[in-house]
Amino acid sequence: MNRPDHLVDVVLPDVEKIRLDFPILQTSVHGKPLVYFDNAATTQKPVAVIEALDTYYTQYNSNVHRGVHYLSQLATEAYELSRKKLATYLHAKHDHELIFTKGTTDGINLVSNSFGRKYLHAGDEVLISAMEHHSNIVPWQLICEEKGAVLKVIPINEKGELDMDAFEQLLTPKVRIVAVTYVSNSLGTVNPIAAIVEKAHALNIPVLVDGAQAVQHMPLDVQALNIDFLAFSSHKMYGPTGIGALYGKEKWLNEMPPFEGGGDMIKTVTFAKTTYNELPFKFEAGTPDISGAIALGVAVDYIQSIGIDTIQQMEETLIGYAYDRLAAIPGLRFIGDAAHRAGAISFLVNDIHPYDMGELLDQQGIAVRTGHHCTQPLMDLFGIPGTVRASFAFYNTRAEVDRLVKGIEMAARMLQ
Amino acid sequence: MTITEKQDELIDTFSLFDEWTDKYEHIIQMGKDLPLIDPALKTDDRLIRGCQSRVWLQAELKDGKLYFTADSDAVITKGLVSMVVDVLSGQTPAAIAEADIYFIDAIGLRSHLSLTRSNGLLSMLKQIKAYALAYQAREKQ
Repeated sequence: MNRPDHLVDVVLPDVEKIRLDFPILQTSVHGKPLVYFDNAATTQKPVAVIEALDTYYTQYNSNVHRGVHYLSQLATEAYELSRKKLATYLHAKHDHELIFTKGTTDGINLVSNSFGRKYLHAGDEVLISAMEHHSNIVPWQLICEEKGAVLKVIPINEKGELDMDAFEQLLTPKVRIVAVTYVSNSLGTVNPIAAIVEKAHALNIPVLVDGAQAVQHMPLDVQALNIDFLAFSSHKMYGPTGIGALYGKEKWLNEMPPFEGGGDMIKTVTFAKTTYNELPFKFEAGTPDISGAIALGVAVDYIQSIGIDTIQQMEETLIGYAYDRLAAIPGLRFIGDAAHRAGAISFLVNDIHPYDMGELLDQQGIAVRTGHHCTQPLMDLFGIPGTVRASFAFYNTRAEVDRLVKGIEMAARMLQ
Repeated sequence: MTITEKQDELIDTFSLFDEWTDKYEHIIQMGKDLPLIDPALKTDDRLIRGCQSRVWLQAELKDGKLYFTADSDAVITKGLVSMVVDVLSGQTPAAIAEADIYFIDAIGLRSHLSLTRSNGLLSMLKQIKAYALAYQAREKQ
């Protein structure tokens, strides 16, 4: 793979020093130092994030937005500061455009339910792509079925890139929303979100972006891209599991009805009528994952302490190296070969089942993902049961890539 | 040989392997040696779906004993499948229904029975037990 043109020669940080921030990277699996290449499934956590969880529970655990007492104020301030950090990180116009969720799936379900309930009618269309994760397929299928709407799919080419001509043809006034992933979790393809948004907006159609595999890899400006909704997960960006956020334009979030009812999302409740709280609380029913939200803010701090531009450069350089090394393995073929890639490389070796390859790599202390990656329709398109996927983070090293290559070669020898 | 004797024999064989590579090469070889299931029998009703790999299982009752043939699209799973078939095939439905399958754990492949792998082996064992119980019930009629 050619080195991306925009990479300039700058001195990148010492990766060995960065790795010391991640305790799990110092551990062993099956007696071998862990090589963790399953970052698209979840990333490892720096000490600062782990300590933030600990500090919350040992020093100021308290419910948010409810108490006048001191600890509740501390917790509320920390929780809301985290929202501010996310808004700053993604260049949102307002802090209250960030809704804390359980994760990407939860955020997409919020939009499909709330937006769908109000704006989808029989005969309307929802446009997704062929490379979507199940979590950006099934919520739309459910609401389409309920409303009598139709789910349409943007096809991809053999390289795993969106067919933009087909997209334009599918983009008709019948479409109520476009929901596409920024980066494919299975293939690593980076989609042209700016172009998609521009074309959709020309017909006044809003765009939801699945950012689960994007926010940790590249700078993302929701205003510059003019995205209407962006769903993402904390645990894929060095934060804890169980928390994530949905960015939504104020205009949409104000117009949309609440998704879930409960505490914190109301202003006044009588048995006759409830008035809803303002943004963002309207969409945050019940006691949230307070410690998770705060630790997510710390994860954002951590990312920014290194710099998302620097992270992008470190990862692109490493992925370029990995691509070249993998390409030299006899019998290896890439599944998805997009010109613009981030995060992940999917491949198969000869006719070896990905599951067999994954197990023999595991025995060598190398963690990769095997299977359909929750993108079964995509695997069906390629006519394969699944792939072996190596997915990278900025804390991975060339030496680890070398171990992966040796591991694959050894597994292939054993399985032939 | 009884189911217990067959399992103990497998455990003895595996105790000879010091290196993980030797152990896996043995399993892979067994997977390759497993007689292929008749392609005509590779139908959806014999397919046991796992998230990661697929297993086909065919059961047949002959002279009061159950015989299994099986296949998988992943060779390591196939190796394990061949061991299960070897241990249980040719036993009575009653013996199979009551059998405690402990060799997979004992040879250090317990992960194949965990839900994270969901590779069809666990489902296959459940399916074998279900066949045994069904045939046992039929015999009692």
